[in-house]
Amino acid sequence: MSNDGQPAQDPLIDETQAEQRRSAAARLFDIRRVIGGLFVAYGVIVTLIGVFDSRAEIDKAQGVRINLWAGLTMLAFGLLMLLWQWLRPAEPPAPNEREPGS
Amino acid sequence: MDGDGLRLNMNGLDYLILALYFVTVLGVGFAARRAIRTSVDFFLSGRSLPAWVTGLAFVSANLGALEIIGMAANGAQYGVMTVHYYWIGAVPAMVFLGIVMMPFYYGSKVRSVPEYLRLRFNRPTHLLNALSFAVAQVLIAGVNLYALALVMQALLGWPLWTAIVVGAAIVLAYITIGGLSGAIYNEVLQFFVILAGLIPVTVIGLVKVGGVSGLMDAVRDSKLGEAGLHAWQDTGSTANPLGAQWIGIVFGLGFVLSFGYWTTNFAEVQRALSAKNMSAARRTPIIAAYPKLFIPLVTVIPGLVALVTVKGLGAESGDLQYNNAIPLLMRDLLPNGVLGVAVTGLLASFMAGMAANVSGFNTVFTYDIWQAYIRRDRSDEYYLRIGRWATVAAVVIGIGTAFIAAGFSNIMNYIQALFSVFNAPLFATFIIGMFWKRMTALAGFWSLLLGTLVSLSLYLLYKGGVVDFNSDLEESFWGAGLAFVTAVVVAAIITPLTAPKRDEELRGLVYGMGGIDLKGDVLAGDAAWYRSPVLLGLVAVALAALFYIPVF
Repeated sequence: MSNDGQPAQDPLIDETQAEQRRSAAARLFDIRRVIGGLFVAYGVIVTLIGVFDSRAEIDKAQGVRINLWAGLTMLAFGLLMLLWQWLRPAEPPAPNEREPGS
Repeated sequence: MDGDGLRLNMNGLDYLILALYFVTVLGVGFAARRAIRTSVDFFLSGRSLPAWVTGLAFVSANLGALEIIGMAANGAQYGVMTVHYYWIGAVPAMVFLGIVMMPFYYGSKVRSVPEYLRLRFNRPTHLLNALSFAVAQVLIAGVNLYALALVMQALLGWPLWTAIVVGAAIVLAYITIGGLSGAIYNEVLQFFVILAGLIPVTVIGLVKVGGVSGLMDAVRDSKLGEAGLHAWQDTGSTANPLGAQWIGIVFGLGFVLSFGYWTTNFAEVQRALSAKNMSAARRTPIIAAYPKLFIPLVTVIPGLVALVTVKGLGAESGDLQYNNAIPLLMRDLLPNGVLGVAVTGLLASFMAGMAANVSGFNTVFTYDIWQAYIRRDRSDEYYLRIGRWATVAAVVIGIGTAFIAAGFSNIMNYIQALFSVFNAPLFATFIIGMFWKRMTALAGFWSLLLGTLVSLSLYLLYKGGVVDFNSDLEESFWGAGLAFVTAVVVAAIITPLTAPKRDEELRGLVYGMGGIDLKGDVLAGDAAWYRSPVLLGLVAVALAALFYIPVF
């Protein structure tokens, strides 16, 4: 039962481990694209609002053009996420365990 | 201004920002669906995620309703002492989980925290923990949902039941469809959206009070006074805002409560179990410790700003309760645009909290209750289906408990506090079991049961007025400490009287028994020095200590 270097075995866990060979986890997409996309969209919207902010809105924010600053920051962050994904694309998890044709 | 209370002046563009977020969250759920074929894909993301994703999800799962709203409230009420909840009350435990405990969790391939108890001790211990965890998760999911609905009602004017059903439906959709990957991916997204919402509030708040030095001067003149700016001064006695001595802070909060929560709460540990290899699993809580170090900047500082700028904050009821510190600042300081982002961030934090409860529940229900005790030896597809139904059930029960909470909000707070005390005996049972191979299965069961009963009784005696403490916080320190000691004593008495487990049954589960391979599944790049869990962990703890210096 106890092969060397292996932790204690349990039938319920072994069942799930055996099934894992069929795992489709390799098809998970890259979350960086979603974060980047959403923040680029937020950045554009909020920056545009900031460009057209009225005096009253700037006064409410204690004289800070917060929409402009926050918008540009979110835009830059979103673009950075997309750039990171482009430069270092994700490798699919543990390809050695995938069955061919899955 | 008091006439419309907390109501925010949201315009169409703010709602567009909110709607974009909801659409994205649902899209993530649908996209994650393609990656689900087996139950491990659904419950543990196929153990395939990189460390930065699981690490941010780990911190996000904790950034729920009670965290953001509650810690800003504590900031306003107790001042800088609130940082104890982060720097001593979280970071050391997260690092301990990554360095010391994760090899046992991840290395033994258990699929949940209760499952570790089944292998290490016996089925009764397992069932006891699985049931109490499952019950706690649906109750807390209900509390999170209710808190979400309260905020949506106050800020946006939505009726309570609409807010409850809409919030629940969105969480239900993305977890039933996308499984843990749907939850984790959304948690990572939520982490950034929450920050995008809180940072503008903090920045403008600081501008308003004249920067950090202006804030410090104003706090000195507030009802907190000089004491509101110090974390450790005056902790030789209980004459400080928190009413706690240093020994209670170090051992009660820093050791028993915090280690109990962070190292045995499956809603947290599950994120690390979904990591792609041992190194990533160990780094998960440690990577999470870094944002945790900085979160007080966007919760405690707004709390203090609210204290000095909102007249009359600290009322017993109504709009000026401490809990409304952040919503009040949003109302007073944010123009449309960033206001929409901030509301989105607040709602994101509520959904992150509830999603963590629901995804922890469906896994424990399916693997630890249904598969272990009700229907064994069915196909993997069968358990995958059960997991989806368990998710639906958890959300529906969550809606039910949310409506109960609506009637008895205090009672739900008590339940929340109570379950946090349950973690202390669980941690004691774990830590003895992991390091003392002689500890027997029966000792495990009785340690857990009696420790829990002790903390439960003390809590009930306190609530019933039989035993007296300075504050709820002091009661929880004592309850947790007493439960911990009980569990240790019970283990020490019962173990010599009962038969130990055979050595080969303990491989990979107990320290010094072998069977754990820290390097076996290592990937290219994981050997780099900056990815060493021990180094990263020690740096995080050192930073936590350094951060205390300016606010000593």
